[in-house]
Amino acid sequence: MTLTLEWMEWTVPTAIFCSTIILMVIAMTIWQTISPSLERRGFLPIPTTPGDRLFIGILGSAYLFFAWIGLTHFALWILLVVVVCWIIVVMVWG
Amino acid sequence: MKPKKKTIGLLIYLGLLMIPLYWMLNMSLRSNADILASFALYPKDITFVNYLKIFTDSSWYMGYVNSIIYVTMNTIISLTVALPAAYAFSRYQFVGDKQLFFWLLTNRMAPAAIFALPFFQLYSAIGLMDTHIAVALAHCLFNVPLSVWILEGFMSGVPREIDETAFIDGYSFPRFFITIFIPLIRAGVGVTAFFCFMFSWVELLFSRTLTVTEAKPIAAIMTRTISATGLDYGLLAAAGMLTIVPGILVIWFVRNHMAKGFALGRV
Amino acid sequence: MEKWANNKAWFLVLPVVIIVAFSAIIPLMTVINYSVQDIWGPGQSVFVGTEWFEEMLGDKRLHDALWRQFLFSGLVLLIEMPLGVLIALAMPKRGWGVSACLVTIAIPLLIPWNVIGTIWIIFTRPDIGLFGAGINNLLGIAFDHTARPLDAWITLMLMEIWHWTPLVILLAYAGLRAIPEAFYQAAKIDGASAWAKFQYIQLPKMRGVLTIALLLRFMDSFLIYAEPFVLTGGGPGNSTTFLSIYLVKIALGQFDLGPGAAFSLIYFVIVLLFSFMFYQALQRVGKGEKG
Repeated sequence: MTLTLEWMEWTVPTAIFCSTIILMVIAMTIWQTISPSLERRGFLPIPTTPGDRLFIGILGSAYLFFAWIGLTHFALWILLVVVVCWIIVVMVWG
Repeated sequence: MKPKKKTIGLLIYLGLLMIPLYWMLNMSLRSNADILASFALYPKDITFVNYLKIFTDSSWYMGYVNSIIYVTMNTIISLTVALPAAYAFSRYQFVGDKQLFFWLLTNRMAPAAIFALPFFQLYSAIGLMDTHIAVALAHCLFNVPLSVWILEGFMSGVPREIDETAFIDGYSFPRFFITIFIPLIRAGVGVTAFFCFMFSWVELLFSRTLTVTEAKPIAAIMTRTISATGLDYGLLAAAGMLTIVPGILVIWFVRNHMAKGFALGRV
Repeated sequence: MEKWANNKAWFLVLPVVIIVAFSAIIPLMTVINYSVQDIWGPGQSVFVGTEWFEEMLGDKRLHDALWRQFLFSGLVLLIEMPLGVLIALAMPKRGWGVSACLVTIAIPLLIPWNVIGTIWIIFTRPDIGLFGAGINNLLGIAFDHTARPLDAWITLMLMEIWHWTPLVILLAYAGLRAIPEAFYQAAKIDGASAWAKFQYIQLPKMRGVLTIALLLRFMDSFLIYAEPFVLTGGGPGNSTTFLSIYLVKIALGQFDLGPGAAFSLIYFVIVLLFSFMFYQALQRVGKGEKG
C-alpha cells in the first residue's frame, strides 16, 4: 500500500484554494480556543457564531461563483473582489 | 364503527405492501421458461431450481458472503469510532463542536454519486481496489456520522450524575466507559448496529464501483445479470428473495428497540 | 443542563474525524483538482480554468435533470407525508399487532436498493408482471414503463412511495406514541371530534418528527440513484435521468473526469445548502423539545 499523490492531479490554483480554506478553518479554531465568542443576531435570519458565519460566507461564495460563471462573462478577478467583500460583510455584520 | 374502518384501511395498505413481494416470491419458484411461457397468479408446479443454482454456483453465493463480510466490518468500525465521539458530543462543549457535528451530518446527506469518481481513483491509488475493507471504509462515509447521531441521542438520555459518581469513585475513563456506560445504552448500540447494517446492506453505488471480482457483492452481481442479455427472471427473483432474509432476521431482533430509535428521528 | 466545557473532548472525536476526513476531504479535494483540468491519463493533464463549470452550468441536460429532480422529490413528498401520517394513525397502539405491523412495514426499508428496482421490474413488466399485465389486459390501457415516459414516471413514483412511505409511518408512529395519555383523556372529556383531536393534539405534537421525516425524505429522494438505475436506466430517452444517474453516466460511464468533477461540485453545493437548512431546522426542533 503506497500513498502517492499523483493521482490527485494537484495544480497551483487549486492548492492555493484548498490551503486558503484549511488555513481559515485553522485560524478560526485557534481564535475560538483563545477567546470563545457567543452566538449573536446580525442581518442573517438565524443567530450565528463566527464559525457559522464563515461557513455561510464560503457557501454563499460558491453560489456567487456559479452565478458568475453561468450568467456573466466578466473576468474572474472581479468575482474574487466581490467574494472577499461578501465574506467580510457576513463575518462582521452577519 | 370507526376503529373498524381504520383497521380495514391498515390491512389494505399492508396487503399492497406485500403484493410486489409476493410476486417476486411467485417468480422465484418458477423456472424461467415457465415464466415467459404463461402468466400465472401462483406457481403451478413449484420448482426450487433457481435457489439451487444460487446455493451451488460460487459466483452467486460468494456474493452473499462478500456482502456480509463488508457489512460486518463496516458495522464494527462505525461503532468503535462512533461510541467515544458520541460521548464527547453528548457530554462536552468544545471548540467547533457544532460545526463538526454539522460537517459529519453533511456526509450523511451528500450524494454517493459525487464520491464515486474520486473513490475509484483513491482506492486504486492505495491498492485497496476490489477488497472488502475498501467497501467497508467507503460506507463509513455515511454510517459513521449516522452512528454518532443516533448514539448521541441515546447517550443524552443517560443522566450525567452517573458519570460524575463513577469518576468520584475513582474509575478511569476507559474503564467507566466500557464497564458502566456502554451497558447502560445497550439498546442504543443495538439500534445503531441495526442501521449500520441496513444502510451498508442496501447500498449499491460504492459497492459496485469499488469491486471487480474478489469482493463483488450480491447487489453488483444482480445488476450485472440485469444488463446481460437473456434475462433470467426466475433466478433474479430468487436472488432478490434471499437478500431480504438477513434484513428480516435483523429487524426481528431489534423490533422492540426500533420504535425508540425512530422516536429520536435519527435515521 | 449545561455541558462540561472541555477541549480535551477533541481526542474522543479524533478517530471519527480521521476516518470521515479520509473518505470525505481527500475525495473532495480531488474533485476540486479535476474540475479545472482536462485529464486524459495519469499525469497527463492540462489546466483549463473554469471551462468545465461553464460547460456544465450551461448544459441543457443538467438543467432538465435538476428540474426533474425537484419535480420528483416534490411529488413524492406530497404523497408520502399524508399517507404516512394516515397509516400511523390507523396503527394499533398496543398488543401483539404493534410488533407485527412494525416488522411488516419496515421490510421494504431493508431490501437492497437494486433489489427494489428488480422487484418492480418483475411486478410492472407488461408481459410477466402482475401490475403491468393487469393494467394492460384487465383495464385495456397500454402500459409499458420501458417505452413511455409517463408510465416510467408512474412506475418510479409507485416504487418510491412503496419503498419509503414506511419510514414516514415509523417516524410518525413514534411521534404519536410519545404523546402522553392525559392529552387524550382531556380531549375525551371535552368531547372533541377525531379531527379536532388530530388538529390540536396529534399534529402539533408530531411537528418535530414530521419535520425530520420531511427533510430526510427530501434529501434521500434528491439523491436517488440505484432504484431508477435498475428499473429504467434513466430512460426511456432521458425522461427519468435524475441528477445522480446523469452524474454517474458522465463520471464513471464516459470517464469524463473534468466535467464529472465540475458537476459533482455543483451538486455538492446544492446539497450543502439543503443540509444547512436541515441542520438549522433540527436545532430548532431540539430546542422546542427542551423548552
